[in-house]
Amino acid sequence: MMNNAFAQPMWLNGPAPGQFYNFMGGNTQAELPRELTTAGPFGTKHSTAAITTGSSVVGIRYAGGVLVAADTLVSYGSLARYQNIDRVFKINDKILLGGSGDFADIQSIKRSIDQKMIEDQCCNDGVVMKPKSLASWLTRVLYNRRSRMNPLYIDVVVAGVDEAGVPFLGNVDLRGRAYDDYVVATGFGRHLALPLVRERKPKDRDFTFEEASNLIRECMKVLYYRDTRSIPQYTVGICSASDCSVKGPFKVEENWTFAETVEGY
Amino acid sequence: MFRNQYDSDVTLWSPQGRLFQVEYAMEAVNQGTVTVGLKSEDFAVLVGLHRPYTEMGVLQPKILSIDSHVGISLSGLSSDARQLASYLRTECTAFRHSYDTTYPVSKLVKTLGNKMQANTQRYDRRPYGVGLLLAGYDEVGSHIWQIMPSANVFNCKAMAIGSRAQSARTYLDRFKATFPFCSKDELICHGIQSIHQSHFTTDEMRVSIGVVGKEHPFKILTNEEVESYQRFCLFAVNPDSSQDTEIDENQSNQSI
Repeated sequence: MMNNAFAQPMWLNGPAPGQFYNFMGGNTQAELPRELTTAGPFGTKHSTAAITTGSSVVGIRYAGGVLVAADTLVSYGSLARYQNIDRVFKINDKILLGGSGDFADIQSIKRSIDQKMIEDQCCNDGVVMKPKSLASWLTRVLYNRRSRMNPLYIDVVVAGVDEAGVPFLGNVDLRGRAYDDYVVATGFGRHLALPLVRERKPKDRDFTFEEASNLIRECMKVLYYRDTRSIPQYTVGICSASDCSVKGPFKVEENWTFAETVEGY
Repeated sequence: MFRNQYDSDVTLWSPQGRLFQVEYAMEAVNQGTVTVGLKSEDFAVLVGLHRPYTEMGVLQPKILSIDSHVGISLSGLSSDARQLASYLRTECTAFRHSYDTTYPVSKLVKTLGNKMQANTQRYDRRPYGVGLLLAGYDEVGSHIWQIMPSANVFNCKAMAIGSRAQSARTYLDRFKATFPFCSKDELICHGIQSIHQSHFTTDEMRVSIGVVGKEHPFKILTNEEVESYQRFCLFAVNPDSSQDTEIDENQSNQSI
């Protein structure tokens, strides 16, 4: 289709400093869907600020399965607004999803994922999506959104087992960057939980289930003590060949008696 | 009697509730030479008979690979088959890009069936004039699917389509109980022998063979491999067959 307006030479009538070029050729802003337009002059900027946020998610892979834990808080800035929210979701019998970052975006992407699961069920051919495939799909979606300067402001842990029972643990962030490892974490967990777990990893084998559970418990304790946007209540998702469910909520064993030894307390 | 009144348009029903254009498209499959598909637990095999070889032409492909876990053989309009193969390949690579894994075979054939059905319900399109046998292997196991111009998609234990395929089907039916336990070589031999049942000319029987299975990406066998299988299998078949040698001069050159 020929456009009546020719593309402007780029050295004339460029955008104001800080604004973006409109590369959409002759198409006027009005014809394009909202998401494809660049930031407009009347406050239609795509915000990259998160509003209601979930804090850390920690995932640990052990011999035979995966564990994913997150506290049950969704904050509104510095306000602990919603204190009983599950942030670990069972997606299907083989996949768990732990969501952090903007919680509205988590809910939005989860809805899309649930629709995919329903389509799988309708096919009724005995094939369910695997965690690696979901992680790959999320990567494509999130990278695409980021490239259009309209990200989903999320950091998710995708975990589960494949059809042979081999565990998978991956992390996908708002820019569409994905990787998988025996331990992944988002938010403060990346700084506090990751080194803690990595230090305890036996060199020649995977964690056992007991080691992984104890590590989860310890990580959630450390995160509660140190992350100011956290609460001492959390849920844990477990996915193995035999079971896929979200357990909890559990309470962190908090011990504040040391506070009395602090000068000036 | 009513047939000619209601066959001008694919969007026209006959009083008996038939779409004659779709049925005529099914006839196009019979213009192509026979091809068979059969499967065991771990393997799915396609064997296609080539049109009698003319010295001036290079044999057109009868079997096409779609992805590492799926291949098709065709019977009918080869140009339509190329379009469908292109569609299947695009779907498979797009799926790999999004989901980092191979396209589950039953989902793939369902999307193909949906695409082909659109052509049977529009005034400005005609049904695809080619029948496909699709062989695949995924986590569910081995697959043989039959895809027809009517957009019907059938899951098969074994199937033969094309010109005079009934003899091949009869052979496959006789041995179908043994297929799940056959080795790859036995499956290929059964495929070649069933093709032989439908091979009614005195020309040398030239076939193509495609194999896919567990830890075995889809492969079209080389001429040397095909010849060695043919030599091995046709030992058992009586070379002094008393079948009539018919050459059908009306076979269209569009079909292979």
